[in-house]
Amino acid sequence: MGMMLVFVLILASFLGFELISKVPAQLHTPLMSGSNAISGITVVGAILSLSGAFVVSSDTMTIILGTLSVFFATINVVGGYMVTDRMLSMFNTGKKEDHVS
Amino acid sequence: MSEAIINGLYIISAIFFVFGLKMLGKADQARKGNLVSAVGMLIAIVTALVSQSVLEWQWIAIGMIAGSIVGAMAARLVAMTAMPEMVAIFNGFGGAASLLVGWSEYHRYTVTNTYMDADVLSLLIIILTIVIGGATFTGSLVAWGKLSGKLPSKAIQYPGQQFVNVLLVALIIGSAALFGPLRESLSIDSYLLVIATILVACILGITFVIPIGGGDMPVVISLLNSFSGMAACAAGFVISNNVLIVAGALVGSSGIILTNIMCKSMNRKLTNVLFSGFGASKSSAGGGFQGEANPVSVEDAYLMLEAASNVLVVPGYGMAVAQAQHAIQELADQLEANGTEVNFAVHPVAGRMPGHMNVLLAEANVPYEQLKEMDDVNPNIENVDIAIVIGANDVVNPAARTDETSPIYGMPVIDVDKARTVIVMKRSMKPGFAGIDNPLFFNDNTRMLFGDAKKSTQGLVAEFKG
Repeated sequence: MGMMLVFVLILASFLGFELISKVPAQLHTPLMSGSNAISGITVVGAILSLSGAFVVSSDTMTIILGTLSVFFATINVVGGYMVTDRMLSMFNTGKKEDHVS
Repeated sequence: MSEAIINGLYIISAIFFVFGLKMLGKADQARKGNLVSAVGMLIAIVTALVSQSVLEWQWIAIGMIAGSIVGAMAARLVAMTAMPEMVAIFNGFGGAASLLVGWSEYHRYTVTNTYMDADVLSLLIIILTIVIGGATFTGSLVAWGKLSGKLPSKAIQYPGQQFVNVLLVALIIGSAALFGPLRESLSIDSYLLVIATILVACILGITFVIPIGGGDMPVVISLLNSFSGMAACAAGFVISNNVLIVAGALVGSSGIILTNIMCKSMNRKLTNVLFSGFGASKSSAGGGFQGEANPVSVEDAYLMLEAASNVLVVPGYGMAVAQAQHAIQELADQLEANGTEVNFAVHPVAGRMPGHMNVLLAEANVPYEQLKEMDDVNPNIENVDIAIVIGANDVVNPAARTDETSPIYGMPVIDVDKARTVIVMKRSMKPGFAGIDNPLFFNDNTRMLFGDAKKSTQGLVAEFKG
């Protein structure tokens, strides 16, 4: 199992290296913001830390840590995707509509 | 739900992330790409929610609802100009979440009294998650502070800086060793050790970012973004979860590449950015150029613009601060109505983040065709009648071409000094974000239009209308 996960890690890392190349400068900020939203995937870990297989008892500290991490990760996910969309929506309108003065 | 279905769903969500990232890098598909990646996230979250018998569902609900509200509000309300610091702080929260996941995993060992029986590798990964997460959290907060002006943006340097960082890293390695392989010989409570490690990691994040100048924050945020991916990846190993590892690794490695691309567009090396204290090297600011600047009034600037046949607008962070993007677009309309050709030249790292200016100009409905890249305008810049520099400084500094002692020597700049006339809209003669003098302001063909960029621009528009 452990080796399998390392294998997954290495493949995914190489994929990440290959995915990003020749990105036009105006997309750097949205790309950073969008990939930042993906790093909010920790929310899955945070949810699992409050779920069946991992919770031993209704331990207060577990609940505090878990709830806080769900909270922070959700901010990262929701805020990240929304802010990226807001940025990109501006590019689209700027391109499609002919400007009326 | 069976293990196979769960893993299958996680794989599907990972595929969405891969395609989403790929599309985000292409101008015409970027927005769809973001949506694709968001769907992947939704699949992963729903899968996590249904995969286990969720015991503390009310707490998960509270965390998610509160987090969604805060995240959505922040994303909605933030001004487009404050986008870079927003990304920095979201990134910091991601790091904090990873830190907490690692911590809560350790906490589980203490509750079940299995700490001494846990295998060394798992413990080391827990510490790694905590350390990367903690350093990302505080590092991002410092970056946010510098960008939003809550902390001084210049590089803060102190003697023995490298030594302090090395010491902190050594402390972390030491405590990781004590926490994992050497835990039998640990004389204090392991919980104390974990708390201490968290504190050291948080301090490391601060000492790592604080000596880096504000002008380099884009690179730092991109790097921290990569770190938060690695933190998520490490958290994935802690709980043996595929989707965390894949998504985290994707962000981690693509973040490194993006950081590298950004460094290249500034013609600098990453190590240089991180360890050289950019912008702090020049202690005697203002000593270099003591020439006479030529101020110009709004009326005179109007007369110059009215006679021009083509105008090149070069925006910088000052435009963002003054919220002048709409005013400048209005001015561009007036100029075009007057028969003047108007173009916008966007330096790849103008503003506080690459692409920052493009976002703002797009917000102001500047037509896409008028946005030119640096490499397209520089060869013909001698034919430009008037270059309007609005709130840009370092990206138009000719010292980058001519002065080998300048800290930005070698950085590609927009050569506005070669245009026939340059109008610089600026608040004062203060040096820019990087704290470097700009000889452009003292050139014979440069006119300084002092004052708030938005007010000056609106003044020009009024002259055209009047």
